[in-house]
Order: sequence, then C-alpha cells, then structure tokens
Amino acid sequence: MKTKKTLLILGAGTGGTMIANKMVERLDLEEWKIIIVDRDETHYYQPGFLFIPFDIYRPGDVIKPKRNFLPRLVETVVSDIEVIEPDESRVKLANGRTIDYNELVIATGSTVVPEETEGLLDGGWRKNIFDFYTFEGASALARFLRTWDGGRLVVNVVEMPIKCPVAPLEFLFLADWYFHERGIRSKVDLVYATPLDGAFTKPRASSILGDMLEQKGIHLEPTFSTGRVDSTNHKIVSWDDRELDYDLLVTVPTNMGAEVIERSGMGDDLRFVPADKHTLRSDKWENIWIIGDAGNVPASKAGSVAHFMLDVLIENIERHIDGLAPLPLFDGHANCFIESGFEKGILIDFNYDVEPLPGRFPLPGMGPFALLQESPANHWGKMSFRWIYWNVLLKGGEMPFTSQMSMAGKWA
Amino acid sequence: MMSAVDTSILDSLEFDDQNFLVNATDWTPAVGEAIAAELGIVLGERHWVVLNFCRKEWEEHGESPTIRRITKGADVGTKELYDLFPGGPGKIAAQIAGLKKPTGCV
Repeated sequence: MKTKKTLLILGAGTGGTMIANKMVERLDLEEWKIIIVDRDETHYYQPGFLFIPFDIYRPGDVIKPKRNFLPRLVETVVSDIEVIEPDESRVKLANGRTIDYNELVIATGSTVVPEETEGLLDGGWRKNIFDFYTFEGASALARFLRTWDGGRLVVNVVEMPIKCPVAPLEFLFLADWYFHERGIRSKVDLVYATPLDGAFTKPRASSILGDMLEQKGIHLEPTFSTGRVDSTNHKIVSWDDRELDYDLLVTVPTNMGAEVIERSGMGDDLRFVPADKHTLRSDKWENIWIIGDAGNVPASKAGSVAHFMLDVLIENIERHIDGLAPLPLFDGHANCFIESGFEKGILIDFNYDVEPLPGRFPLPGMGPFALLQESPANHWGKMSFRWIYWNVLLKGGEMPFTSQMSMAGKWA
Repeated sequence: MMSAVDTSILDSLEFDDQNFLVNATDWTPAVGEAIAAELGIVLGERHWVVLNFCRKEWEEHGESPTIRRITKGADVGTKELYDLFPGGPGKIAAQIAGLKKPTGCV
C-alpha cells in the first residue's frame, strides 16, 4: 500500500479548526492524510470570555466539544505535544506517538502567563485579582462581581503584545454599563493602566477611544508598565516606580506562545514562532506554517485575523506542495467589533499599513456597520458574531469580507 | 556638570511624525548623542551597552528589539532599563539608536 503524505496541524482552536476544514476539501485524500492534535477536547469561544464577568454570557455560550467542528475525514488526536523536531519533520506527542509530516501548521495559540509578573500570583489571585482571558478567570470574576459593592477597579495590561488589544477597553466600557445598571456606578472608580502611550495602538482609533474613556469617567494611566504587584497593600507598581492602588485588580497578564514552542527551540522571547508576515511561512523551515497568534507576525492576535490568514495559508501550502514559492499576500488585515456598553459598539478595520479609519462596512457608503463610531448595529453585529463563529467561521464557510483589506467606503 | 552636546547635526536628517529617524543608515554615535540630548538623556556606558545591542539586532534582523529581547540579550535588567531610558525604554532606546518604533504594539 502506498504511504500517504501527512499534513499535521498542531492545535484545534480557531485557526487549526478552520485550516482542517478547508484542507480536507482541498487535498486529495487518496494521497494525503490530515492529522490534528490538541490536548483539550473542549473548544472555547474566546471572544465570549469578555461577557462572562457581567453575566451577559453563561458558560454554555462559550463552550462546545471540539469534535463538533472537526471534519470526520481528519484524524483527531487528543494529547499534549512533547516536542517538535523541525529538522526531522517530526513531532513527538506526550502519549508516546511520533508523527512524521510533510507539511506542518502551527496553531498552538497564545496564553496568559501570570507567573511572569512578580507578586501577581501571591495572596490576591482569584480573591481580588482576576484575569478574564481564561474561562476560569472570567467565571471567578463573575462570581466576585455579583456581590461587590464598589471601590477602585483597576484594569492593567502588563505588557504588549496581547491577544485582542481592544478587549481591556471593552471590559471597562461594559463595567461602566454594568455598575450603572446595578445603581452603584458612583461608588466605583474605573482606571485603565496600559504600557501604551494612549488608549490603543493606532493613533486615530486611540484618540477616539481615549475620548470615550473620558466621557465615561474612566481614568487612563498611560505608559504604565507593571513591574510587580503588591497584593498585601493592594497596589501595582510600575518599572519606573509609579504606584496605583486598587480594591479590585482585573489584569491582562503577559501573553506568550505555547510551552512546546520553547521546548522545541522554535520561538522568540515570548515563545512566538518567527514567520514571514506576508507569506505566513516559518523563517527557518520551508514546510512549517503559522496561523493565528502562534506566530510573531505583527498583526492583532484575534480570531478575525486568523480568518483573514486562512485563504493566504491554503494557497501557499498548496503552492509549496506543487513546488512553487509562497506568495506574500497577507496584509495584516484585522476587523474588530468593540463593545462600548449600553447596547452600542464600534467597528474597526485595519492592516499592517493602514490604521483604522471612519467609514461604512462592508458595503461602501451603506454599511450596515459604521467604522470608528458608536452605533447599535455594531453591537448587534458583535452579538450575532457568536452564532457566525460556531456555525460558519470555524467550518471554513464564506464570510462577506475579503481577506485583504479594502479602502472602499473609508474616509482617509 | 552636563557637557553640551551639539544637536545641529540633526538639522540635515529626516525624522518621521513620531520623531524616529527615517533612514537608520544615517545614524552615527554622534547622532545618537544628539537625539538623546534632545530627550534630556546624557548617555553613559550602560546606555551604550543597550544602544549597541539595539543596532546589532537591527543589523542582524532588520527590527528594533523589544524590551524582553534587550533584557535577555544585553544583560540589562528591566528595572535598570527603565532607569536608563525613562518613560518607555523599548521606544526611547530605538529612537536614540536611530531605529523604527518596536512592533510589539499591535
């Protein structure tokens, strides 16, 4: 019997699941087999974690079995990954199995690492210090908030880059709304401490979002890089010795790639895999590809970006199989709905070269979504995205936007 | 006492709207001294350890190093780095070294 070639996908999150669904349709399965490995049988809708602390979403809204989204013709292996041996085109799993591959897609994502910050895991962790980037953290925070009667709530981003850089702002906007609804907004101080010099990474969006923070009475503490947490005295201290007191700290810890990337000697200082930002291929190995936030490409670490990477990645893997050079087609396109509270939202659309601009999306002049301004339609867009995510996006279905960003309908 | 640094050397150079040197190849140590002087920083031996590392990273990888890269590669602690370049060491070291803003911010 002829030995089949192997496409191996590491990680069955947003990126890995999408690529599995697409490649099973594209590759000749007489010639190829597709294997996907993940240590966890549960798929988390990570954009939904934001809503859990405020009881807008319940756990069942963000958790489903991974097998529901993976094609039958793809072999799914549930195991930790021991090590990737890229020079041998081989991966060793923790369950003892070794898989040789012809093409490898790394979709192992990124995760928060609170251990990186001195004092963060000391006395206050999950008592009056919470993260909302994990299911456990978001759920614990929901329980805490139900009985919290006010005080000083500090949200801090420890260091950049982070997954979904708008999420901390959305958390604050939703918190403003939530405490307002509970009638205790006047008893809550909201503070946002960020290492950036403004509310966001891109100048025009930063200025508009900064104004919104001010209008909502949220204090911005820019260029605050957290050096340590003093959980005994309830304060965070920056590397340049500024101090911020908190009663409740909602923290976005350092984000890093998977530990297996470091074990395999394939990552940068944050365990992200160095890759070409336009072809999505590893800088070192020509049969290794990245999707989503496992790589070091300077695009936002978000599901929408993984989606926009998908078509480029498929084409380049197929080209490589055919002996052709990859095409530099990925432009860093990101598209994010930002919840701004009170059933409104903002939409931003940008790429490596063009910052978020005002306009209408996806139909130029029509919308229905308004770019870089608050509207109820943007909020409903965000809320319906959960359905789209589970039913269309993960399965690699068509979405009404192009992978490359368009300038049509934008006001430069 | 602070020694006077001649910053007129910067007049003929092109800077972007965030005050980063447009062409990294226009940079010399004297340009670095002048940019630092405009930012109110007097460069000492430890600053140069960082700046030389940044230039080396740029020559080898074409990118400005992140703070983590600097602390691992140049043997300078994070705390010391913030003391040397107050306000944002990744950005300010890149600025003085004549490089682009580090791309950690997306």
